[in-house]
Amino acid sequence: MSTLSRADVARLAALARIDMTDGDLDRLSGQLAAIVDAVALVAEVAAADVPATSHPIPMSNVTRPDVVRPSLTQAEVLSGAPDAEDGRFRVPRILGEEA
Amino acid sequence: MSAATHLVGYDDAMENFDPVFGIEVHVELNTKTKMFCGCENTFGNEANTQVCPVCLGLPGSMPVVNEKAVESAIRLGLSLGCSIRESSRFARKNYFYPDLAKDYQISQYDEPTSYEGSLDVVLDDGTVVTIGIERAHMEEDAGKNTHVGGTGGIQGADYSLVDYNRGGVPLVEIVTKPIEGMGIRTAEVARAYVATIRDIVRALGISDGRMEQGRLRADVNLSLRRKAGPGEDQSAIEFGKRSETKNVNSLRAVERSIHYEAGRQAALLLAGEPVVQETRFWHEDTSSTTPGRSKEEAEDYRYFPEPDLLPVEPSREWVEELRATIPEHPAKMRARLQADWGFADLEMRDAIAADALEFIAATVAAGTTPQAARKWWMGELARVANERDVSLSDLPVTVADIAELQGLIDAGTINDKLARQALEGTLAGEGSPATVVAARGLVVVSDDSALEAAVDEALASQPEVLDKIREGKIQAAGAIVGAVMKATKGQADASRVREIILARAGVEG
Amino acid sequence: MTDWTRSTALEMAAALQSGAVSSVALTQAHLDRIAAVDGPVHAFLHIDAEGALATAAAVDADRAAGMELPLLAGVPIAVKDLVVTKGLPTTAGSRILEGWIPPYDATVITKLKAARMPILGKTNMDEFAMGSSTEHSGYGPTHNPWDLDRIPGGSGGGSAAAIAAFEAPLAIGSDTGGSIRQPAAVTATVGVKPTYGGVSRYGAIALASSLDQLGPCGRTVEDTAALHEVMGGHDPMDATSLDEPVPACLAAARDGRENGLAGVRIGVVKELGGDGYQAGVLQRFAESLDHLRVLGADIVEVSCPSFKYALAAYYLILPSEASSNLAKFDSVRFGKRVERDTIEKTMLATRAEGFGDEVKRRIILGTYALSAGYYDAYYGSAQKVRTLIQRDFAAAFEVADVLVSPTAPTTPFKLGEKLNDPLSMYLQDVATIPVNLAGIPAMSLPSGTAPEDGLPVGIQIIAPAHEDARLYRVGAALEKALVAQWGGPLASLAPELEVTP
Repeated sequence: MSTLSRADVARLAALARIDMTDGDLDRLSGQLAAIVDAVALVAEVAAADVPATSHPIPMSNVTRPDVVRPSLTQAEVLSGAPDAEDGRFRVPRILGEEA
Repeated sequence: MSAATHLVGYDDAMENFDPVFGIEVHVELNTKTKMFCGCENTFGNEANTQVCPVCLGLPGSMPVVNEKAVESAIRLGLSLGCSIRESSRFARKNYFYPDLAKDYQISQYDEPTSYEGSLDVVLDDGTVVTIGIERAHMEEDAGKNTHVGGTGGIQGADYSLVDYNRGGVPLVEIVTKPIEGMGIRTAEVARAYVATIRDIVRALGISDGRMEQGRLRADVNLSLRRKAGPGEDQSAIEFGKRSETKNVNSLRAVERSIHYEAGRQAALLLAGEPVVQETRFWHEDTSSTTPGRSKEEAEDYRYFPEPDLLPVEPSREWVEELRATIPEHPAKMRARLQADWGFADLEMRDAIAADALEFIAATVAAGTTPQAARKWWMGELARVANERDVSLSDLPVTVADIAELQGLIDAGTINDKLARQALEGTLAGEGSPATVVAARGLVVVSDDSALEAAVDEALASQPEVLDKIREGKIQAAGAIVGAVMKATKGQADASRVREIILARAGVEG
Repeated sequence: MTDWTRSTALEMAAALQSGAVSSVALTQAHLDRIAAVDGPVHAFLHIDAEGALATAAAVDADRAAGMELPLLAGVPIAVKDLVVTKGLPTTAGSRILEGWIPPYDATVITKLKAARMPILGKTNMDEFAMGSSTEHSGYGPTHNPWDLDRIPGGSGGGSAAAIAAFEAPLAIGSDTGGSIRQPAAVTATVGVKPTYGGVSRYGAIALASSLDQLGPCGRTVEDTAALHEVMGGHDPMDATSLDEPVPACLAAARDGRENGLAGVRIGVVKELGGDGYQAGVLQRFAESLDHLRVLGADIVEVSCPSFKYALAAYYLILPSEASSNLAKFDSVRFGKRVERDTIEKTMLATRAEGFGDEVKRRIILGTYALSAGYYDAYYGSAQKVRTLIQRDFAAAFEVADVLVSPTAPTTPFKLGEKLNDPLSMYLQDVATIPVNLAGIPAMSLPSGTAPEDGLPVGIQIIAPAHEDARLYRVGAALEKALVAQWGGPLASLAPELEVTP
């Protein structure tokens, strides 16, 4: 288990779409490395012949019937939109110059 | 781009290299509602009017699985010869993109509902190819980005507009195992495979499979490896880097994109250049592929089991109940029907192309001979449907009507010409053929005294005909037959009329 | 003139029924209290006076017309700002949702409206429920009414403080690792985390989907029981919600209060005590055990060795699920947008500016734990730890009907004290976290104040899955004994807050 490096934090932040200044990286990397070291403890059970629990209360086969329910109106859908045009959400261009 | 790119054609590429390909097909299910919410699953509505907190990805929203989608997915898996997992889970595929409302897609990862199947695909010349199916899993569709500015494509756009109506629509993704050894027939096999999937989903009634409307989408993976030398085991040679081509929106595009990609990759390899593992997009207008966003590394989707959904655990009893609803494989069914009916290959192909197969089959089941059924559905009815610009299923005539109509001909009650009139009446809403025949009095007259009277009347106007017949010109009788048919409004039994004429002439017919 | 804000919710309900007070007067009294003290306390992020009074007026009118009304009709309530409220701002304590007005109601809000309870407003919280002190709120911390220089607990410090300051008799909170229980402990109030799935999560902004639960907060066990019954129940919009009747919490509370606990087996968890726990906390815990014995309960010691992995497992599972749940805050459809020339840069800038440090830490941690190559060692292993913890609880519940422990290791610390030491902050939840990992229900109720600092201490009661009613039976019995010892409810012994004229 490798300790989390500053470069790792930068890469992960990009993957999580959180911009980081050098100051942010300085501040957070040390804290994160310490936390990762602390939680690495769980690896002691990694090999254990124990099944994983993803749902605390065992249930299965929960579905709903294929029946139409009312949708929001277009106005309600767009009500929180930072920018909208033509009934749709407007976003800055998807590709940068280099693409 | 290397100058070598355009120099190698498909055939040459296949001469020099051994292709390996795989196809991922996304099927849009025709459930009434979306995969995880109750919004309507319909096409072509005003933007963002079929959206709720769940498919909009609003904070606090939660998915709930559509039971019909599960049923359709299992039936599709069974049709592909897959095993149905006893317990399968949904998983989150995490990535950021404006058309992905939650910035993760709920899909299935290491526990797809259907796995390990195989599908026999029949090529045009009758060759059967068995395609291995890796898995078929459920997932939700993303919304739709429209790019504004520039050419309207994503390159050079100024900004984009997002509509989430399609977001959350149920999909089943079918993934093949790598398909080796098809050589130059690769493109043909790929196309036939996608066509077969389309036939299956239609036969199951779970999707209309229309590629041009995006209801069936194919991503085609292709890589080349060098051909094995003498004595060398081809399958032991490593696969080359593969490209994945998206935006393949028709069967034709499946075939043509493989032609292009094989040529492109071969050109690079022959020039000693590497093939980059990447996603590319097919462009119908330029008949070529272009690269998508270049990525230094494969995207890390950080899959983990979807905590908001519970495992799907179809009972074995339910799976067997569903198995009983699976119709016969279209290819198998067609082969069987063709053999039963004795149709020529071309007749069969035409009937399939006209979407007439099911009608012919049903009419045969109602007692009509295959050739007679084909005559009506591919002949008169196809003509009328064409004229009215509708499909056969839209015509106001039933299989029972056609069977009845042919039955009347076979019994001698009407002849072909009268049958056409009766059919016209049925199409006009006057009722079943028997009803029309009775109402309009469209019965063949075979009463001899009536016919004799009509013949004598006609002969009275054309007395020279009898002389001509006696001289040996038997065909002269035709004029009298015509006159009698006209006088009887086509209801005379033409062959009996001819017999009477010849008898009047004292000649054997 | 009665100061109705000092009554219990059930006393208020009775007064409304008898006509001793109108809902409008009652609601106004609470709005006045909020205006008087919330400056320094800062429990509320948004106050909806108009909406609350309108609901109150409608209840009064219907009551006058002789209509039959639900038990808590007309009794005002506060709601943690994690819960989506249609037409009312909802921020989850984050600047990234500043100004967002949801177009829909959470299921629990629909239930509150059906129960005809005026909603006073939305309460402060650690940003996206990540924290144990409410200091990570994007809108400034809440101050503990017992000592305004101290934390009210977190992440639900606002709800707990509002109740402790008599600004509301009841509140809705959320609990992922102790966010209802730990604030209850440090403010001398009652808080319950129901069995996972007992209360619908539809409309509760998700943090860690497999751990989150909404729950009731109040000043007394019975008040909390009454609210639990309003909130609970199956919801077809939440696939993980339990398809079973709401537990009979009120009846259980009354039973405990009236009949004691003869024959009830109470397990003391060895691992949840000792080193790291403040002396006064342990002392009050021991005294509560004495009360339980007097009530007729048998005390046994149980051991849950896998608890040593609980904190680590939690701080892997939560960040992992949260990193995915918080991806939707991407500037596209709602919330803050810091616009740049491409959408990718816009997302990067928006999330950098909109999220606080604790949220960023946990998102990065979660992204790491789920990364290719790390899944098995981190997230995968943490999920195994959950199984071990469930097995330990199962074994404990073989010999005990409920388990008990101190709720939090310390009394409320000073604002700012642990802000620069995340790991130290995480230790606040060491006793509450195993409960969420197992999905079982637990309650915190006041067990006194610590002699060394006079600050509130809580005791935690834990029950098996689906047995939420047991919490109320044991809690109510213990509460009665403690209140008798104190001469009145602990909440009323809090120092008087300075009133802003």
